[in-house]
Amino acid sequence: MAKSNKPIVWGPFAAGGTLTAFLTPALIVLTLLAGLGQVPEALSYERLHAFAAHWLGKAALVVVIGLSLWSAAHRLRITCYDLGVRADAAVATIVYAGALAGTGAAVLYLLRI
Amino acid sequence: MSRRPFVREITSEWIFRHPRYLRYMVREFSCLFIGGYAVLMVVALKRLSEGPAAWEGFLHALQAPASLAFHLVALAFSLYHSVTWFNLTPKALPVQVGEEFLPDGVIAGAHYAAWVATSIALLWVAGVF
Repeated sequence: MAKSNKPIVWGPFAAGGTLTAFLTPALIVLTLLAGLGQVPEALSYERLHAFAAHWLGKAALVVVIGLSLWSAAHRLRITCYDLGVRADAAVATIVYAGALAGTGAAVLYLLRI
Repeated sequence: MSRRPFVREITSEWIFRHPRYLRYMVREFSCLFIGGYAVLMVVALKRLSEGPAAWEGFLHALQAPASLAFHLVALAFSLYHSVTWFNLTPKALPVQVGEEFLPDGVIAGAHYAAWVATSIALLWVAGVF
C-alpha cells in the first residue's frame, strides 16, 4: 500500500474541528463580553494569570490554540484547492507552517508566565 | 504527451451554481474566523505575559468597534461550524446497536446536548453568571 501522510494531517484536523465546535462559540462570548465592558471574572489579570501559571492551564491553552490553528489551516488548504489554487504543496506548507508557528508562539509566551 | 494537452480551466464560479455549494463554502470559510480567534488567543497570551498593564491594554483594545465587529461575525461563523460539524457526526461515528444503527438524530442530538452543557459550564466557571 502506498504511504500516505493523510492520517497525520487529518487526525489533528478532526480533533480540532470537534474541539472548536464545542468550545469556540463560548470562548468568543467571553471576549465579546469583555469588549462590551462586562469583563468576566476569568479574564481578570489575577485569575487568568493564575490559570496560565499552572501547568494544567498551560496544557489546556496549548491544546486549544494548537488544534484550532491546525484545523483552520487544514480547512484553508482544502478551500484554496476548491477555489482553483492548484499549488497544493506550497499552500499546505504555508498554512501548516503558520499553524505550527502560532502554536510555538503560544508555548513561548506561556513559558514566560 | 500530446502536443496540445488539454488544460481544464479552473474557476471558482461553481460556488454560485447551487445554494448547496454556497453553504458548503460558507462552512469552509468559518476556518478564517476560528483560526483568527486562535490568533487572538495567542496575542492575548503575549499581553498576559507582559504584565497587568499590558493585559489591561488588551482588554481595552477589545472594545474597539473593529474588535466588536470581528467578534460578532466570528461568533456567527463559529456557531455555523458547530452546527454543521455536529450534523456530520452520525456519518463519522455511526453507532450500531444489534442489527440496527442508532438514528442520525440521536447521535447529532447527543452532541448538541453536550455542546450546550459544555458552553454553559464554561461560561459559569468563567464567572459570567
